[in-house]
Amino acid sequence: MTTFIGISLQAVLLTLLPPLLLGIINKTKAGFVGRRGPPVLQVYYDLLRLVKKNVVISSTTTWVFLAAPLVSVASVVLAGLMVPLGPTAAPIHFKGDLIMFAYLLALGRFFTTLAALDTGSSFEGMGAARELTFACFSEPALFLALLVLVKLSGALSLSAMLLPASHVRIGSTASAALVLIAVSLFVVLLAETSRIPVDDPNTHLELTMIHEVMVLDNSGPLLGAQIYASSVKLLILAAFLLHVVLPLKPALVGRDWGLMLVGLVAVAGIIGAVESLMARLQMRFVPTLLVAACLFSGFGFLLIL
Amino acid sequence: MNLLILIMTAIGLICSGVPGLFYHRRSATGQHVAMAINVVASAVGMAAVLFHDIPRVAAEGWHPVCSLPIGKLALSLDDMSAWFLLPIFFISALGSVYGLGYWPQRKHPVDGRKLRLFWGLMSGAMVLVVLAANSVWFLIAWEIMALSGYFLLTTEDGRPEVRQSGWVYFIATHLATLCLIVFFVMLRIYSGSFHLWPRALVGLPVGVLTALFLLGLIGFGFKAGLVPLHVWLPAGHANAPSHVSALFSGVMLNMGIYGIMRLVVMTGNPPLWWGVVLISVGMLSAFSAITWAMAQRDFKRLLAYSSIENIGIITTGLGLAVLGLSVDQPIWVALGLGGALLHTLNHSLFKPLLFMGAGGMIHSAKTRDMESLGGLAARMPAVFCVMLLGSAAIAALPPLNGFVSEMLIYLGFFQTLHGSAAATWAAWVVPALALVGAVALMTFVKLTATCFVGQPRSAAAAGAHDPAATMLWPMILLAAACVLVGAFPVLLVGLLDHAIAAWVPSHRSIPLVSIINFWWLTALALPLMICAAGIAWWIHRCRRSVPETIIGTWDCGYAAPSGRMQYTGSSLMQTMAVIFRRILWRHEQPPEVHGIFPRPADYACNTPDPLLDRVAEPVLKKVGQILESARILQSGSAQLYMVYILLILLILLMTR
Repeated sequence: MTTFIGISLQAVLLTLLPPLLLGIINKTKAGFVGRRGPPVLQVYYDLLRLVKKNVVISSTTTWVFLAAPLVSVASVVLAGLMVPLGPTAAPIHFKGDLIMFAYLLALGRFFTTLAALDTGSSFEGMGAARELTFACFSEPALFLALLVLVKLSGALSLSAMLLPASHVRIGSTASAALVLIAVSLFVVLLAETSRIPVDDPNTHLELTMIHEVMVLDNSGPLLGAQIYASSVKLLILAAFLLHVVLPLKPALVGRDWGLMLVGLVAVAGIIGAVESLMARLQMRFVPTLLVAACLFSGFGFLLIL
Repeated sequence: MNLLILIMTAIGLICSGVPGLFYHRRSATGQHVAMAINVVASAVGMAAVLFHDIPRVAAEGWHPVCSLPIGKLALSLDDMSAWFLLPIFFISALGSVYGLGYWPQRKHPVDGRKLRLFWGLMSGAMVLVVLAANSVWFLIAWEIMALSGYFLLTTEDGRPEVRQSGWVYFIATHLATLCLIVFFVMLRIYSGSFHLWPRALVGLPVGVLTALFLLGLIGFGFKAGLVPLHVWLPAGHANAPSHVSALFSGVMLNMGIYGIMRLVVMTGNPPLWWGVVLISVGMLSAFSAITWAMAQRDFKRLLAYSSIENIGIITTGLGLAVLGLSVDQPIWVALGLGGALLHTLNHSLFKPLLFMGAGGMIHSAKTRDMESLGGLAARMPAVFCVMLLGSAAIAALPPLNGFVSEMLIYLGFFQTLHGSAAATWAAWVVPALALVGAVALMTFVKLTATCFVGQPRSAAAAGAHDPAATMLWPMILLAAACVLVGAFPVLLVGLLDHAIAAWVPSHRSIPLVSIINFWWLTALALPLMICAAGIAWWIHRCRRSVPETIIGTWDCGYAAPSGRMQYTGSSLMQTMAVIFRRILWRHEQPPEVHGIFPRPADYACNTPDPLLDRVAEPVLKKVGQILESARILQSGSAQLYMVYILLILLILLMTR
């Protein structure tokens, strides 16, 4: 019964919660500059409005352009079903799902970048090139972090390896390794969800953007699908990160669900704070930042070898 | 019994091009006969492999009465050979169908018959290579395969660049055979017989074993295209007709892998460092080749480099299996070898698919330069769909076949964290594989995007169209096979487990099904495919009811955008090319800008194979200069040559 409730709770959270995180980020950013900011639920209103709108598409594009936003949503939701959002196992868990998780995100990237190039616009090509290039450095960081978790838990499934990660005793070598991979995962999260200092989701200059410029020609439901997909990605990577840092105890299910929810809000707040306090890096320094993330998880892995 | 059937199919394949020689050079009958023989022989061969109970583990041998001085014609079949036979038959048959449309006799009266003769010869010889149970027969089949390969690569021998790449292949294949001859002679001396493949060589000195391993690795590595022995491969594949590239890349490279797989278990228990060498060479090949692939403009060269990358991944998986044998971890063996074997088969499905698609593009747009293409998706929709699927499969995206095999290899390396302390370093392969995977994704986005989407960059691309049905159907079948293996890997796991059991010397293999539940992959593939179908339906509905407004791409207010202004493949990987400049080692001529009012300047950049261009060619030229002095022996008079032969024979007899 508890498992059933856990699974349904996760499915509901995975589908309904993501836009809220974007709302919290925007609220935090507004707070930092002394504005009241849009309501926390604004992203939901935006999505609803976008779904009702008409689609404008470019005459250059093919079916890939229409398919890409939907493939992004499908792949990221399927990947999200493998990450435990709370203290209970994820709805889908099997031996090897960690590879499936990483490659489902890659499937979304494949279609999004292809659709960006489909428009024939150089701006969108630029965004696609950056997305693909930076992924070459964030993937190794993610896999190094996975190595640490596999080594600590002895399991090959995200649910089985993330849940015990939170039982590591504070002060042990393993906890030091977890701190290192948490830093690395936070950088990966910022890069994968196109946040400052890697990308600026609010800029209006096409030359300097990554994710926003790739979806420049999307409109209506297609744009809504892209925004929703990137918010789901934010949620699952944040949950991944929280499992590494939060001290969850399997006995206290109710407390842990609360802790996770507070943690998700906190991660969104921290992202908002980072966005308010930092400037975006120059594009040529982004690979350096991501290599630093690889090094953090690499050293973390060395610690526990 | 099924061995006899397989021998008959090999003979059928070998003879398939012969009837065509007797037809007129403009008659299409010959190519239909060759295709029919090839398809029937291959179908029978595949049926013999799939639907007949192969003796598990124990090899079935066949020794006919005719016995030559060099040994009996011994052939044998086990589950390992069976695994390698499948792609030979499948690709040979599909390629000969594809050839009807791609290389019709009517349009190629000069070289069409030659191509089909050597096509059959090479396919049949490969079947014999896999079946050979005697090293002399192995070498004979191997040489027939290698030499017919040369004639296939140089089909269009009127073009200088074809002769050039053929020449490099010729040198490489001879170096390979040289190593293999020494290898087999040593094997004969130390094992006491020509019998293949020895599985329990014991009591050999370490030096001999090392020499055997290195000779075999170099000889087979040349054929498989492992870096740095890959120099013949990119230009060779690029200049051959596309279905020949498909046969080379999809099947012939496997023969090298087959040799290495047989070689490493000849002692029963390989030393640890063999695995280390295989993993290092494999990762070196995978990483450097995918970096080179990323930088190519010629789409066939890009595909050729990506073959080297895949061979590298296969070798890495095999290396893990060897580690597993030497430290007694059957789970590493199962995952490493299972991944390597499955990836071999998968590569034989998606790489021919991509090469055939590339052939379709060449057929229609008459260029191999992807930066003069673009917008082909609207003009060749069928080729676009299969190429997109092939690209996603080779980038190991779920739910396609490449993902299944790469997942096995990843999981194998994750397993090295547990079990034995001897090889914890092996886990570092995981982030390297992730990097290779990400660069591969980038490379294949570049390939499909630059060729197919956006606007055409040249008039030739604007006038392109889908090829004939004989060229399309082989691609569609291959694409379907990619989806089938990706969504239902359980279909192949039984065969795979038998092949692993045949390889593990001590018969203590763990079946893959007990490690991983493959049904999960099916369970996840189905929602993805349902999503795909839903998306297709939604797009269809959108297109029908046209609720959307169709206007030009947002151009920031610029008045006259043209196809030439789109982001090209080169610009797509510009940042990566700067980061990996030491590996790419490209020739770059930056423009010279002087003064306040500079004149128009040019920028040129090309990416030849760094090892061939900067290492192999200069070294070989130097060697050639030194050996020039030996020309004195080569007078051109036959009598003198006979004297040499007499002298050599005398010396050999004296030293007996």
